[in-house]
Amino acid sequence: MNQTLSVLDPTSENHSLEIQLSDRIKNIEGSTIGLLDISKPRGDVFLNQLEKRLTAHGATVLRFMKPTFTKPAPVDLRYEISSKCDAVIEALAD
Amino acid sequence: MAEKVNDYKLIDGISVVVNSDCPTCQLTSDLLVELGNSGRVTIFSQDNPAFPTSAEWVCDDSDLSFSWHNDIEAVPTLIRVVDGKEIERSTGWNRKEWERLFEVKNLAPDLVDHKPGCGSLSVSPDRVDELEIKFGGRKFVSRQVEIASLEDEIEAMFDRGWSDGLPVVPPTEARVSRMLAGTSRNSDDIIALIPPNLAECSVEKVAINAVMAGCLPEYLPVVITCLEAICTDEFNMHGVLATTMSVGPIFVVSGPITERLNMNSGINALGHGNRANSTIGRAVQLVLRNIGGGEPGGIDRATLGHMGKQGFCFAEAPSPWENLAEGFGFSSEQNTVTAFTGEGPHILVDQKSRSPESLTRSLAEGLKSTISPRMVMAMDAMLVVSPEHLSRFIDAGWSRAQFIEKLSELLIIDSDGIIEGAGGIEDGVPSVFAGNKLPKFRPGGLLVVHAGGPAGLFSAIIGGWLNGAKGSDPVTKEIIL
Repeated sequence: MNQTLSVLDPTSENHSLEIQLSDRIKNIEGSTIGLLDISKPRGDVFLNQLEKRLTAHGATVLRFMKPTFTKPAPVDLRYEISSKCDAVIEALAD
Repeated sequence: MAEKVNDYKLIDGISVVVNSDCPTCQLTSDLLVELGNSGRVTIFSQDNPAFPTSAEWVCDDSDLSFSWHNDIEAVPTLIRVVDGKEIERSTGWNRKEWERLFEVKNLAPDLVDHKPGCGSLSVSPDRVDELEIKFGGRKFVSRQVEIASLEDEIEAMFDRGWSDGLPVVPPTEARVSRMLAGTSRNSDDIIALIPPNLAECSVEKVAINAVMAGCLPEYLPVVITCLEAICTDEFNMHGVLATTMSVGPIFVVSGPITERLNMNSGINALGHGNRANSTIGRAVQLVLRNIGGGEPGGIDRATLGHMGKQGFCFAEAPSPWENLAEGFGFSSEQNTVTAFTGEGPHILVDQKSRSPESLTRSLAEGLKSTISPRMVMAMDAMLVVSPEHLSRFIDAGWSRAQFIEKLSELLIIDSDGIIEGAGGIEDGVPSVFAGNKLPKFRPGGLLVVHAGGPAGLFSAIIGGWLNGAKGSDPVTKEIIL
């Protein structure tokens, strides 16, 4: 004879709605694309290559850098990127 | 017929609370029937509405509402009430007291003069939490989750994703209520924003997770302080979670509370087997997971991790040296938690050094390889000095500060041996540092703690993670009971 057990929810109870992706850009040509260096070694090597190829496809490239890879990007930096760029590419790895 | 008591208010005259299991209530039952039949008493019966007899003056208190609301601690309890107000009460059987209260002489001359009563069911340890919730107005903010009758309750905790991989204790209202008795804080106080989701965390939510981890109520203040320490900008718990390095929060508890909680600072101090050590750290990790949303493979990106991430907490052993918290400006009488970001411990063996100088040199050699022999200043370390190693320094009259100073002098490294490319190894400090002497640790970057069993010439190193503004700094907080 099982009795129903009731427990208290240990979670934050914040079930966020599914995150919607932003609209993808249609053409690289004519777009402004941000490249975010997260301050890991050799991230610049990767981003330099990307900049060359994106520029060759007619994009305007803006470069950004996080102060440290160990912390989330500062709010101001995120705002600057979102207000100046149509898309952003982040270099994650060493 | 006995009536269900819905009204716990006091009735003018004399009320007696009884329990049929109590030998003193049984002893006085004939007397109570006699008094009841003569209209002198109202009985509240805790377990059997037909005890001492079935009559309209015997009220059913099996839900214990009368007993709980009137703070009955023992049975029988006599309460004399005038104009709805209690004038006095008496517990147990005591002829003189009863004669005075009932204003009758020669009560039950065959009985012994006095006999103490028994504990009231309303204060019985297995009932008191449930009554506190039912009558005490304890309201929980957290939502109730029903576990279906066909579900196994332990499996249900796993199925809902609330476990760290080991079974958890189901957080029922009664258990959480008992846990909350361990702190003086209000259950709705917000103690921190828990990363990575920066979710608000109330004392109630900490208590729920502490129940699940297996904590005793008296551990709750320590768990709360651990969370307050790591949810700071200096500690940067978000980064500690997200890093691919195999580190997690480690908690050192210092002060008199360690003895009161029976924490382990002796044999196997950094290991398993002690309830407080094991469950305090685990409760913190469950909060990070359940409240903050920091799950391995999600925001927790550790390449390898280590078992201490299940919960890593230990007590600092008393010693003639100042303790870790004193090093951060607290007193030895204060109860504190120091949070440090670290990997798993590894031991340093030195079984032959008899002089403090030799042992210091030996420990310094071992510390040079912390995290990587090619890395300096970027990461701190905790050195856990065992009793037998400590005695080398105490016998020679060295203070903790002297020891750290001597050790630091020996931890100056010739950069030419560790620059990029030296020894055919591509990793290393940038070549611009060539020709320099570099300290292995930044000033204050070596945290010396005393713990361990009485035998064994071993100490332990716990390597850290990136320190300073780019990483995580140790944080010490006082425990609020």
